[in-house]
Amino acid sequence: MKELFPAKQVMGFVFSLVLTVVALLVYFTDMSFTVGMTVLLVTAFVQAFLQLVVFMHAGESKDGRSIYTTIFYGAIIAIVTVFGSLLILIWDM
Amino acid sequence: MEFFQRFAIPHPSPAIYASMVAIALVSIGIVVGLTYFKKWGYLWREWLTTVDHKKIGIMYLLSAILMLFRGGADAIMMRAQLATPEAKLLDAQHYNEIFTTHGVVMIIFMAMPFIFAFMNLIVPLQIGARDVAFPRLNALSFWLFFFGAMLFNISFVVGGSPDAGWTSYFPLAGNDFSTSVGTNYYMIAIQISGIGSLMTGINMITTILKMRAPGMKLMQMPMFTWSAFIANVIIVFAFPVLTVALIMGTTDRLFGTNFFTTGNGGMDMLWANFFWVWGHPEVYILILPAFGLYSEIISTFSSRNLYGYKSMVASMVIISLLSFLVWTHHFFTMGQGALTNSIFSITTMAISVPTGVKIFNWLFTMWKGKIRFTVPMLYSIGFIPLFVIGGVTGVMLAMSAADYQYHNTMFLVAHFHNAIIPGVVFAMLAGLTYYWPKFFGFMLNEKIGKSTFWLLSIGFVLAFFPMYITGLDGQARRMYTYSEATGFGPLNMVSFFGAGLMALGFVTIVWNIYYSFKNSPRDIGSDPWDARSLEWATHTPVPVYNFARMPQVNSSEAFWDSKKKGHQLFKGEYQEIHMPNNSGVPFVMSAIFFVAGFSFVFALWVPAVIALIGIFICMGLRSFELDHGYHIHVEEIEETEKKLGGAK
Repeated sequence: MKELFPAKQVMGFVFSLVLTVVALLVYFTDMSFTVGMTVLLVTAFVQAFLQLVVFMHAGESKDGRSIYTTIFYGAIIAIVTVFGSLLILIWDM
Repeated sequence: MEFFQRFAIPHPSPAIYASMVAIALVSIGIVVGLTYFKKWGYLWREWLTTVDHKKIGIMYLLSAILMLFRGGADAIMMRAQLATPEAKLLDAQHYNEIFTTHGVVMIIFMAMPFIFAFMNLIVPLQIGARDVAFPRLNALSFWLFFFGAMLFNISFVVGGSPDAGWTSYFPLAGNDFSTSVGTNYYMIAIQISGIGSLMTGINMITTILKMRAPGMKLMQMPMFTWSAFIANVIIVFAFPVLTVALIMGTTDRLFGTNFFTTGNGGMDMLWANFFWVWGHPEVYILILPAFGLYSEIISTFSSRNLYGYKSMVASMVIISLLSFLVWTHHFFTMGQGALTNSIFSITTMAISVPTGVKIFNWLFTMWKGKIRFTVPMLYSIGFIPLFVIGGVTGVMLAMSAADYQYHNTMFLVAHFHNAIIPGVVFAMLAGLTYYWPKFFGFMLNEKIGKSTFWLLSIGFVLAFFPMYITGLDGQARRMYTYSEATGFGPLNMVSFFGAGLMALGFVTIVWNIYYSFKNSPRDIGSDPWDARSLEWATHTPVPVYNFARMPQVNSSEAFWDSKKKGHQLFKGEYQEIHMPNNSGVPFVMSAIFFVAGFSFVFALWVPAVIALIGIFICMGLRSFELDHGYHIHVEEIEETEKKLGGAK
């Protein structure tokens, strides 16, 4: 019975709800912009990672490492695009 | 009546009315022909519902050739208008529409389907697979592309063509300056076919990673498959940027948002930025599969294995990353500082290094090889010097300080045509000639093929090299006319003459297909070119299951080894083959996408919402459908194999 109960998923679900509540606090309480933004970014990335690992089963297949390689590649391109655009349009305009 | 006025052309001319009549007549002709010859059932069963990668590839091929002629007609009109100073053939508005549709059609609806055609036709065969990983998704990709292309192409007879350039820069493309529905067509048609491209990217990556024949390691894949793999990785990372930019542009135009407007916190330059974040990788999406084809062809016709396999792969991997680091070189003059321009100048020059490595690899492959000067090989040999000129002028443009001189002149136009025509178009025609026998069972005529090559090459040089000179002399691109005093007249006339030769070249391709269909022998065997990789190891025409038994692979040239070194490619008994069922859903769903797209273009909300619901119903149906495919039994395989001349 123990191995049939999806403990990991239930925990993950509860934790993702907690993350959502924390993110909502930014709206309902009075925080400075910096603090609020930090909270939002951190909860967003933890949430995305949680969904990926717990509910989309990243890393559970035989070539589990390939998905992290892909995410790493994607992250590099996203970072380059975002910071490149900031450089072009704001910092060096 | 007022309702129908929106569909009228804002800026009509006799040529457009003539096209309307022509389109109506051709459509009626097709319907009547299909009914008369009772081919509706055949069309539906064999083509519209097919999930076979070979048939989808052939449909991509036909669409690409069709679009090549449409874009080519645009090009001829532009060159004719510019052939003499102050010509009156086209007015400014028509010229704007024509250079816009020429660019979009040639890149999105000609070059993209051409490379998808070869990926579909060749990749599963080269890796010894029975089909792509997701056959039905593949059909959906094709039909989304097809209906996107059709939506874009009706723009010039219904509502007016886009006229803001193929780059569609804001604020020009915004509602203030582009008042017709043309730019809506641009946003939505490219969006629909872009979704298809993204799906193909995912599909091909999965196919190549998961469905290789037993024993084939990644570093033993044929070079075209490697290039297709890298190109699809770039597609998956680049196309979402275009998708998002197009959605933002669409909401700006239809729902009054302010992403790219000049007021209310919008930033028009953001569009140029996003467009080229996608646009530069797009260049490599097109050129890498072309390089893959050249690698296959050069190694086959030099009778040598490809020189520097590992450095070929490494250079493509480096290109895939660097292609995301250079986009600013398309707008050095936008106003950002010298620091930014310097960074992107350096990355741009860096990307020419791996490309140079590939050029040397091809030269070393030919070095001391036994070269056969067939038509595909002629294209490949012609490609090397012409493309190098395109590359060198590219490095000139990459120097941001000098770029202020070249920017938006005909010099730039000459450069990118110099890279794309020998790079991509020649590769596609070489690939078309090379793979034609595999899929149609007869060879294209070599003599006519060679005259095509010479017409295209000479025509290309005459059409585009004068632009380098007029560009440096100051002729701006996208100007519909110029005065006689500028002195651009004679060189533009040479250009027009070159464009005429190229048009003649493309006509000879059609003539070649017709002539060869009538006259070429059909007993050519399965390996007419004495080639090296797996796609030639199966029969011609390729049976629906590709390989009766899975090939055993232990090198990058398994088929060559089986011919020359006694490697046994096929072992064991026949086994039942599991194949996917045909489905009409991709076609129907894409047709609904067309309706939705058309409704969005004209802001007809009721049909738009109904069509969107229809799309979701199609997706829902797929989710609840149980489809296990079908099996081909051993007796059937034996019968087919016997009919095709026995297994090797």
